[in-house]
Amino acid sequence: MKKHQWGMIALGLVIFIIVVTFPFWYGKGKTSPPPQLSLDTPAIAQLKEKRCVEDTSFMRESHMKFLGTWRDGAIREGKRLHTARDGRVFEVSLSGTCLKCHSNKEQFCDRCHNYLGAKPSCFSCHNIPGEAKK
Amino acid sequence: MKNLLISILAFFILALLALGIGLNHSLAYVLIVIVPYAAFAILLTGFVYRIIKWGSAPVPFRIPSTCGQGKSLPWIKTNPVENPSGAWGVIGRMAQEIFLFRSLFRNTDVAIVDERPVYGSAKWLWFCGLLFHWSFAIIVLRHLRFFVEPIAPWIGALSALDGFFEIGIPTLYLSDAAILVGLTFLFLRRVVVPQVRYISLFTDYFSLLLIAGVVTTGLLTRHFFPADLNAAKTLAMGWVTFSPVVPQGISLVFYMHLCFVFVLLVWFPASKLMHAGGIFLSPTRNLASNNRGKRHVNPWNAPVKVHTYEEYEDEFRDKMKASGLPVEKE
Repeated sequence: MKKHQWGMIALGLVIFIIVVTFPFWYGKGKTSPPPQLSLDTPAIAQLKEKRCVEDTSFMRESHMKFLGTWRDGAIREGKRLHTARDGRVFEVSLSGTCLKCHSNKEQFCDRCHNYLGAKPSCFSCHNIPGEAKK
Repeated sequence: MKNLLISILAFFILALLALGIGLNHSLAYVLIVIVPYAAFAILLTGFVYRIIKWGSAPVPFRIPSTCGQGKSLPWIKTNPVENPSGAWGVIGRMAQEIFLFRSLFRNTDVAIVDERPVYGSAKWLWFCGLLFHWSFAIIVLRHLRFFVEPIAPWIGALSALDGFFEIGIPTLYLSDAAILVGLTFLFLRRVVVPQVRYISLFTDYFSLLLIAGVVTTGLLTRHFFPADLNAAKTLAMGWVTFSPVVPQGISLVFYMHLCFVFVLLVWFPASKLMHAGGIFLSPTRNLASNNRGKRHVNPWNAPVKVHTYEEYEDEFRDKMKASGLPVEKE
């Protein structure tokens, strides 16, 4: 095997290793703490039982699908009331129910969404007063 | 048929093992902290090892395949990419091969019509192969959103483009649908077409099943059994910063996804999947077709011991003269 061929192979392998280790060198080894969600809003502070529509793990995992069913139910079938699993009844409304408690979108919704690169289309219609549109 | 059954069996045993690991939390530490690094190290060293092994294989002759008119007399039109005579042509040909699967595009099919063989173009393998590989590449790149912080803009742009039609919540990525189409075709082709089934080996079926397992569990995690993505990214960032933490309450499907991915990383350098690196070392593609244009000497030609006529005459001049034979040098 000629020498320049080994040079090409070495170059290829170096490129391969640099590309597949991208996540390791991109962050320069900095640790980034996972986002801390703030529940510190006036509405939540007044709640006796700090409980969302469903329990926390369900909301964390499935809130997007859940809100999707809310949206479809409210808009297509006019279902404006939602009965949770424990019998409480909520008004089906992103701005009136969700954002009433979680009025701190930037410290709550956005932190996880930005961390994960999720770009929900909710807020292209549901305006947050006082928030500058990017 | 035996190979197919064995690979399906192997896949199910693997799936059961993954299920067992997912259910048995005592093994979570091994799966989350030890296996990922071991699998990644095996991928890297195995990949480099096999490339160096292939690189050491002797290539004494140029064996480029000539798919067009080679460089010849100036008034004959040449095809510099299909039959390259220089480095740029080779780069063009390799790029066509790697990004567009040029040689698969040449795939033909033969059928007996009226007792005569009829040849026709067969592009389905090329199309579904292209669909599968490109989707897989896009899916891997999209996953980088879990592995880098802050997320590089191009990763977000790629995801936005991939989910352009915003079908459903969470958005269906087009590459996810495309890879299912590609994988299904590639697998069914091996099962249904008798000739292809005859030449298919364990590695052919198992590689497809394993990737299908990764894709299926990934899609289930995204669309049917949503995982806590915050925990998923924290887990991935833990690996990247060498401080992995076993997350709480991770779903079974997600555990299976991880298991399949780690097996894929280990299986990659040990199997036919190494064609990802091997394609760069294909002598029929990466050599310029200048077999006659340039003189190529086999680099390890043994030195041949020769005895020239001059030396012969020097040795026997006296005897030749004595017996009256003509000599060239007096």
